[in-house]
Amino acid sequence: MTVVEATLYALIGGGALLALVRLARGPSLLDRVVATDTLLVIISAGLAVHAALVQDPTLLPVLVVVALLAFVGSVAVARYVGGMLLRSHTGDGRDVGLPVAAEEREASP
Amino acid sequence: MTALADVVAYACLLAGAALCLTAGLGLVRFPDVLSRMHAGTKPQVLGVLLVMVGAAIRLDGWANAWMLLLVAAFQLLTAPVSAHLVSRVAYRRRHVRRDLLLVDELGGAGHQDEAYRGDEPGDAPPERPDLRPGG
Repeated sequence: MTVVEATLYALIGGGALLALVRLARGPSLLDRVVATDTLLVIISAGLAVHAALVQDPTLLPVLVVVALLAFVGSVAVARYVGGMLLRSHTGDGRDVGLPVAAEEREASP
Repeated sequence: MTALADVVAYACLLAGAALCLTAGLGLVRFPDVLSRMHAGTKPQVLGVLLVMVGAAIRLDGWANAWMLLLVAAFQLLTAPVSAHLVSRVAYRRRHVRRDLLLVDELGGAGHQDEAYRGDEPGDAPPERPDLRPGG
């Protein structure tokens, strides 16, 4: 079963590393929020996998705390970013964000 | 019986871990916030459910199973809420590749509000002298 254990840790570690890549590259704040949320979920999945492999239920309360923290963090940052919005008067339903959105900054060299 | 239970548990754990890797790949490869969120929510629902089922089979005992069920239920409850908030703010801050949208139900008129309901400095109205009353 060691092959299965190594495969499990490799899969979860690879997912966490790729989420870290997105967390570092951005480009916008909301990309980092999504990446952090996903990273915390992957971490809790990794803790559950470790607890299942060693058959040790000590880590289970940590899972509850991490699941709570992921939700609170992403909602708090989303509310914070939403509070920075300025209302637009162009009538297209979108607001003028401050500063300029990262995708538009990348699209216009 | 225990060998069969172990095989089922390892299958669930492998499927959940594969979904975690899929989420990481989607986060890196996809073009904008909405599609990245679509990819990143995969381990949050099905992956966590599978991993929790596998862990509950391996850690036999009702106390562990109830705590894992609590984590899974909490993920199911909170993933739509945070995804809704993040996607709404992403749309309003123009972090959306609009050329990739098939349907844009928020694009027409009538979905924006002109009233400033905020009570924080970040919600202050913009400095638009031409829109002041009487100006």
